[in-house]
Amino acid sequence: MSISLPPATENNSNSLQPTGWLRFISFSLDHKVIGLQYLVCGFIFYLIGGVLAGAIRIELLSPISDFLARDVYNQVLTLHGTIMIFLWIVPVVNGAFGNYLIPFYVGARDMAFPRLNAVAFWMIPPAGLMLITSYFINGAAQSGWTAYPPLSITTPAAGQIVWIVSVLLLGGSSIFGGINFIATILKLRRPGLKLMQLPMYCWAMLGTSILVVLSTPVLAGTLILLSFDIVAHTGFFNPALGGNVIVYQHLFWFYSHPAVYIMVLPAFGLVSEILPVHCRKPLFGYITMVYSIMAIVVLGLVVWAHHMFTSGTPPWMRLFFTIATSFIAVPTGIKFFNWVATLWGGRITLNSAILFSCGFIVNFVLGGITGVALAQVPFDIHVHDTYFVVAHFHYIVYGGSVFVIFSSIYHWYPKFTGKMLDEKLGIIHFVLTFIGFNLCFAPQHWLGLNGMPRRVAEYDPQFTLINQISSVGALLMAISTLPFLWNILYSFIKGEKAGNNPWQALTPEWLTTSPPPVENWSGEAPLVTKPYGYGEKNSDEGSSPITQA
Amino acid sequence: MGGIWALDNLNLLPVVASSNAPIYDELFNVLFVIGIILFVGMTGLVIYSLIRFRKKPGQVGDGIALEDNLPLEIFWTAVPAIVVLFVGLYSYDIYERMGGMQSLSTNSHDHQSMNSEGRVWGGIGLTSQDDIEKNSLPMINVDVTALQFAFLFNYPEGEIVSGELHVPRGQPVSLTMESKDVIHAFWVPEFRLKQDVIPGQPTVINFTPTKTGKYPIICAELCGPYHGGMRSTVVVEEPEEYQAWFKQNSKQKEMEL
Repeated sequence: MSISLPPATENNSNSLQPTGWLRFISFSLDHKVIGLQYLVCGFIFYLIGGVLAGAIRIELLSPISDFLARDVYNQVLTLHGTIMIFLWIVPVVNGAFGNYLIPFYVGARDMAFPRLNAVAFWMIPPAGLMLITSYFINGAAQSGWTAYPPLSITTPAAGQIVWIVSVLLLGGSSIFGGINFIATILKLRRPGLKLMQLPMYCWAMLGTSILVVLSTPVLAGTLILLSFDIVAHTGFFNPALGGNVIVYQHLFWFYSHPAVYIMVLPAFGLVSEILPVHCRKPLFGYITMVYSIMAIVVLGLVVWAHHMFTSGTPPWMRLFFTIATSFIAVPTGIKFFNWVATLWGGRITLNSAILFSCGFIVNFVLGGITGVALAQVPFDIHVHDTYFVVAHFHYIVYGGSVFVIFSSIYHWYPKFTGKMLDEKLGIIHFVLTFIGFNLCFAPQHWLGLNGMPRRVAEYDPQFTLINQISSVGALLMAISTLPFLWNILYSFIKGEKAGNNPWQALTPEWLTTSPPPVENWSGEAPLVTKPYGYGEKNSDEGSSPITQA
Repeated sequence: MGGIWALDNLNLLPVVASSNAPIYDELFNVLFVIGIILFVGMTGLVIYSLIRFRKKPGQVGDGIALEDNLPLEIFWTAVPAIVVLFVGLYSYDIYERMGGMQSLSTNSHDHQSMNSEGRVWGGIGLTSQDDIEKNSLPMINVDVTALQFAFLFNYPEGEIVSGELHVPRGQPVSLTMESKDVIHAFWVPEFRLKQDVIPGQPTVINFTPTKTGKYPIICAELCGPYHGGMRSTVVVEEPEEYQAWFKQNSKQKEMEL
């Protein structure tokens, strides 16, 4: 069972740590500091990735290649994808919120391996800087974030090698984090806290970490082989030397499809924390939610080849992966119905956190529907590698994960800082983001169906108008970050004081001061057996969901 | 309703120009209607809940303490499972009608000898065997070579090498494709067909054009700086025009004979 908690005074290492703002640029071992380091670092990379997206949308304003040089355009799209996945969404939905929240949720004073945790974070800034500076030195990688050989072998080697080393570092960081989360959730629970009493985000992180630990090493191995092909001229994936390019795709997608779940499962967990608080209702269907997460984890490992329906895959493989992929819709559907049931009959405060969470539900449902369509081989064969796919996965990772990140920031900012965010600015941010996002990506479904492939700088002039509409949407998305940034900075200095628990939430991170002390709780950790014990019958004092041990 | 209106009134898909395309559009329409119903339903539920159950001024206290409801959860596990099962079976049927399940040895005929060393994958697009038998027209075999940044079409029968693909309307065509350098993809949106062109491993795609005209051949796999410019044209002609084009271009060979 779980090991007993060390007394707070034993955290000697923490007393040697710098205090004040210096903590945030130091090798801090405090899970809360590391969580915020992940969040701020990720957000900076999000802004950089966003600038690159802007460059792509400017290039696509006209059907000819005129804004960026052709090879630069390919570098920009490669960097945009790599940064947004490996430096923004994965580190933030896992590293930032995972590190901040999981020790609270299991009733621990820190993660299981605090030093490993700090190492995992500090691998990210150098990896990110390396990736970005490669552009200014010899040119960045230009074979897309998928780095399919033989293109990745024949494009300039320097940029590709930097890309590989950078992704290896980020993958290593992710594995360290995954091991840490599994150990913390399974072994660091406070005595008396059962697995089925954990907040849903713990289950999401447990599932995600299993995926990280099982699949990321495969990507690492694949990229190491690819680097051998590039620098040592081996022939693993080089057909000229007897290699096989399809093997790379299988190995790559064995990680990179689960990577989608590594980006969305934690987001599912975060939404499950946010909705009950602002709806004042228990999370609907806790047990089915847990089983759905685990079903997604298992199925998520056996669907990778749906990215390869046009790669010359044999018919039996096409059919197997169609069926496996389609069935992921069932556990995912259960989660969405359960969230709607959580809204149903609630007493919902319409604030920025709930709006972004509901925006996530709407966007992700659309992304899920196009996902089931794409899983069907005959459907996919027409739209594979087109803007239809671009639209689909942005609905999943932006409309899904990024909306949840924003929702989570609105929800937990008072916990992080002790200050409230401005609601008016928050709602402006939501409206601009939601309209901008849908204006940018919804028309891209049509582009793909009608003949615009992805990753092109020039296209058929008949698509000009729709591309311009899409770029206007992107501009709105860019503008939407301004009220958000202003809100974050202004509220930090002049925001209304939040108090310890402004939402009257029941999950354990709120049962301490905001921001929390280094030891998380001044006394012993509370035993929260009903983290979603909202609802009328709990208003009588007899049945408090929190039992102080 | 809106979805059906959209299907009728918006041009969601390009022109239908192969025997494969109407089958694709049938699948598209079914998926589109199911998708619209699900999307509108879920979005409606979310918006309705947000309005109906919003906290009104002066209200205090929580919502109802509803934690789960087993029949309801079984219901919304079963419904998506049935929908997905239906979509899966239906798309399998579509896939079979597109010729996806036919063994490749019958597809590529004597082409097999050319690629005797390697396996050949791909091969969708022949529609059903019935069509071919009804047609009883011989299959036109064309070898496609993709390279940065062009497609070359080689007609072994006429020793023609062309930068454009010429095909007669109504006759099945089989392309055996191989890349000289990186991975490319052969895509004709009007045929609703795509197949990667891979170095070191031939791939096959079949189609029967049904509408004369010029359609773009688009490279759909990132292949380098000029990827966006890697396009060609497929010219679907009436059989007589095609014969004339074929004769004119293979004249050299005839003179030799």
